[in-house]
This record gives sequence, C-alpha cells and structure tokens, in this order.
Amino acid sequence: MSTLQISNLQAGIAGKQILHGIELTVRSGEVHAIMGPNGAGKSTMSGVIMGKPGYQVISGAVSIDGHDLLGKPAWERALAGLHLVMQYPTEVPGVHIDDVMREAFATRGRDTQGLDALIAKEAGRINFGTELVARSLNVDLSGGEKKRNETLQLSLLKPKFAILDELDSGLDIDALRDCARRVEAATTEDNLGVLVITHYARLLEELRPDFVHILAAGKIVKSGGPELADELEKSGYAAFQ
Amino acid sequence: MTTPTRFSGIALPTVDEEIWRYSRIGELDLAKYAAGRLDTTLEVAGDARDIVSTGSFADCGRAMPIAVDAFAEISAIQSTGPTADVTIVRIPRGRAIIEPIVITRTVSAPGVVATPRLIVDAAENSEVTVIERFVSADDVDALVVPIVEMSAAQSARITYLAINELGNRTWKIAHQQSLGERDSSTRIYTVALGGDYARVRTEARLIGTGASTQQVALYFADNDQMHDFRTLQTHVAPRTHSDMLFKGAVAGTSKSVYTGLIRIEKDAHGSQAYQTNRNLTLSEGAWAESVPNLEIETNDVKCSHASTVGPIDDEQRFYLESRGIRPEVAERLVVLGFFNEVIERLPNLPVVAGLRDKVAAKLSGAS
Repeated sequence: MSTLQISNLQAGIAGKQILHGIELTVRSGEVHAIMGPNGAGKSTMSGVIMGKPGYQVISGAVSIDGHDLLGKPAWERALAGLHLVMQYPTEVPGVHIDDVMREAFATRGRDTQGLDALIAKEAGRINFGTELVARSLNVDLSGGEKKRNETLQLSLLKPKFAILDELDSGLDIDALRDCARRVEAATTEDNLGVLVITHYARLLEELRPDFVHILAAGKIVKSGGPELADELEKSGYAAFQ
Repeated sequence: MTTPTRFSGIALPTVDEEIWRYSRIGELDLAKYAAGRLDTTLEVAGDARDIVSTGSFADCGRAMPIAVDAFAEISAIQSTGPTADVTIVRIPRGRAIIEPIVITRTVSAPGVVATPRLIVDAAENSEVTVIERFVSADDVDALVVPIVEMSAAQSARITYLAINELGNRTWKIAHQQSLGERDSSTRIYTVALGGDYARVRTEARLIGTGASTQQVALYFADNDQMHDFRTLQTHVAPRTHSDMLFKGAVAGTSKSVYTGLIRIEKDAHGSQAYQTNRNLTLSEGAWAESVPNLEIETNDVKCSHASTVGPIDDEQRFYLESRGIRPEVAERLVVLGFFNEVIERLPNLPVVAGLRDKVAAKLSGAS
C-alpha cells in the first residue's frame, strides 16, 4: 500500500500563480477524478507534479510514501513510482517504443528479456496494432492512437501512481473504452493509484472513480463520491466558477 | 615522394571568397605537407573484377569538368607520376553489379597530401554500388583531397557512399560530382564522423530528361572538429528530380557549415527539387550554420527548402525523462532518432549496419 500525498501545493508559470494550495491524498488502488472547467489549473497540476520544466513551485509538498518528489528531476519522480499520461504526447522522430522501454526498464533494474513479447501482449490488450507500435513515438499517429500508445507505456512500466491528463481529449469512443478499461484493470491487477484529470464525465463511465474533486481557480472546491460527477454533468461548472 | 614545392604555384582560397566563408581554410599550410599517397584496398566480388581498373589522369574529368579550384589543381598535379591514384569503375551496358564495391582509403603516413580519384562510369541501363571509406589513425596529420566523378548514362543507376572515419588530425577536402543522363538515378550518400576539418563539395547535375538524384548526409562533429558541406543540385533538363537531406549534430566546441544551392536552369521545366538541412547543437560551445539557396530560371517547377539549427527539443527530452530515463540517455535516444531518418535511407549493407553503433559510441564520448 502506497500513498501519494499532495499538500498545500502552490505553483505557477511565467510568474503567474495558477495553483492556490491543492490538498489531495491518493492511495494504491484508488481512482480520484479531478474535474474542472478550462483554466482551472488541471494541466498545471499534472505538469508540476511530474516536474515538467517551465513551472515554478511556490510552496507545498508532493510525496510518495513520505519521499519528497518536488526536489527531484522528472526521471527520478518516475523511478519513485509516478507516471504521467500526457494530454498531448510529444512526437519523438526516429525513436521507437521498444528503445524507450528498454532504457526505462534498465533504469529500474528490470529484466529486458522478453520485452518485445510483453509489448506485443500489452498492445493486444488495448487493440493497438503492431504496425503502429513500430512507428516513431507519436509520429503520424491519430489522437486515439497516441492515447493507446500512452496507455501501453503505462501498462508496461507499472508505476505506483498514474496521472491521466485529459486522457479523453480527442479520443474516439473505442479508444476511450480500451484505454479506460486497461487503466481500471491496473487498479486491481497492480494496485495502481490513479489521478484522472478530465473535463467531461464520459471517461468516468469506463474508469469508475472512488472520489471526485472539483478544481476551480487553482483550488479543490468540493470533494465527493462518484455521484458528484453525475451532478456536474447535469448542472455544469457554473456554480463553481 | 616529391617536395612540397610541387605546389608552389597553387594559390589557396581565402575566407573572403563566399564559398569558403566560415571555413577553416586559413589554417591550411600546404608547405607542411609533402606530395604522397594513401593505401587503397579494394573489395570486389569475383564476377565484378573486370570492371575495376587503375587509370591515369587522362581518364579524369571526362564525365564533367571538375570545378576549378586549388584542390582540383593539386589533384591534377598529383594524378601523374608516383603519386597517381586513379581508380576506375566502368560498368558495361545493361550490367548490374549486385555486390557493392568497397574501396578503403587508409592514410598511414603523416605529413602528406594524398589525392585519390575515383571514376564511376555507368553505361546505359547498368547498376552499381560503390562505398569509399576514408580511415586514418588519430595522430596522422595529413591532407586528403579525394575526388569522385560519377557519370550515369541513360537509365543507369549509381549508388555511392562515402564514409569519413578519419583521425582527429587529418584534413579532408573532397569533391563529389555526378552527371545524370536521361532517366538515370544517382544516389550520393555521405557519413562524416571523423577528421579535423572535413569539407565536401557535392554537385549533382541532371542533364537528361527524367534524371533523378538523391544527396543524403549524416555528419557528427565533436571536440574541435569541423564539417563543412557545399551542395549543388543543378537541373539542366526537363522533368528532373533532386532530393537532398543533410542532418548533422555538433558537440563540444565543434562546428558545422551547410551551404546548398538548388539551381533550376531555363530548360528544366517540370522539375522537382527538395533541400532539407537540420542541425542539432548539443552544447553551448558548438556552432552550426545553415544557408540554403534557390535559383530558379523557369516556371512550372516544384521546389522546397527547409533548414533548422537548434538544441534538443525540451519537450522531447521531458517526454523521455518522464518515463524514467536519465537525461543523458534521453539525449542519446533523441539524437539517434534524429539520425535514424538518414540511416534508414542508406543502402542496407553490413558496413551501414555498424554506423549506428559508431554514432552511438561517438555520442557517449561527446557527452
């Protein structure tokens, strides 16, 4: 059992404060949904937690099992068990998923024997075609294919906690179902803790949250169970802006 | 061996001349070098032995007049007498040579100017692949002035790959020239890893309707090295096609220069010409310059050129690091990926398979 702890996180970009004190605790196997309108600070939150360059932490702490993450570079945060599924996965021409996974396994001291078979097996689980797996990372992939690629990497790396930054944006219904179900399965198979950031409740029909939090103007303004997502779907964000 | 006074009449160019701008030509002291030779070894499959021979200066410059400059003059002076080193590959009409011909040029004596010349003369509808490797040990302070002249007759297909694995004190100033007649195809590849100052002037002239050419290069400089490329895509005849892709990286305090010209002459209507040069600067002290040019004298042509110089993309680096990959490994993956586009276009040969590892090894040394 592990715990991802976010305490009083205040952060910004280009001198402008975006997050005004986020408090959140995610335990292994739990799914937490962060919902919020555009501009609430959803992507800033995922970027700051993963250590994306360009963001400034003003105060607060993020830790896994008491080990601080904010003082570490992104690659060490990943080794500590954190994984970010990006909203807009970056194209890396000429670099293939097996190259990346081989290196990522090596840093973790994991055996790379049988890696190709493992990639093929996991790609099959989310209906990600082998001809797409062979392409350069995210190059010439559709929105749905990119998210399958992201989900494939998540399933191979088996982190303790995953942040899904708008996994559902630009995703067709089949890809949404395949990706969401795979993440859901990981919460039971690997005890993965999930922080799913989304604008819409649609994703949460496949990836059932245990907790729903509403993020507005850089703060969590309301927390509740799955029923909160349904409520939001009906009434919208207007009440929270 | 003859004395350096053999070159006393040669006036070296200076950086004041536009085509030598940015170059290190000012550092060259010809008097330091004696006229000499390098060692040439040939790997030719048994059934192709008859097409390779040793020639003399009389065979040179037939395909096309060599661009007149000081280095062409030096090569001409040395192409007679004991310093002559002319290799001729002459493929008869209709014959396809399956196995590549591999020529290894090894500079073993320091203090010499060596001027190997290679003539590839492909008769109508013939085919050949020639690989020319340049090798020297790190302590060999020498100057290599290679010239390759390629001539592809109607429907002939020539693939030429030059690999520079020279040591860090050897200079190379090379000319590559090709002439393509009707429906011919010439592919000129360069992989430049070694040398101190290495300059390649490469010119593809398309003189027959429907002729096509590719010029592709991978270059990687570290320490104080400099790679310097001048490319010319000259379209003389209608409906000719040229495609140029040069990708390079500079590390340490190294430098690279790319200057390229697409020239479409007045009769070359319906032609297509593409020119792409991309450079990665891997350190603060490294420097790359890219100057693409177009000169179009007719309508109805398709041309594009693209050129970039810059460091590794931060987003790409972060993406890989976020998967739990150390920064130096992420950087290596991005650079090898950058070069993959070139490596994948090279002919599928054992000598090429090893190049990716050589680039990787050089990258580990540079970081």
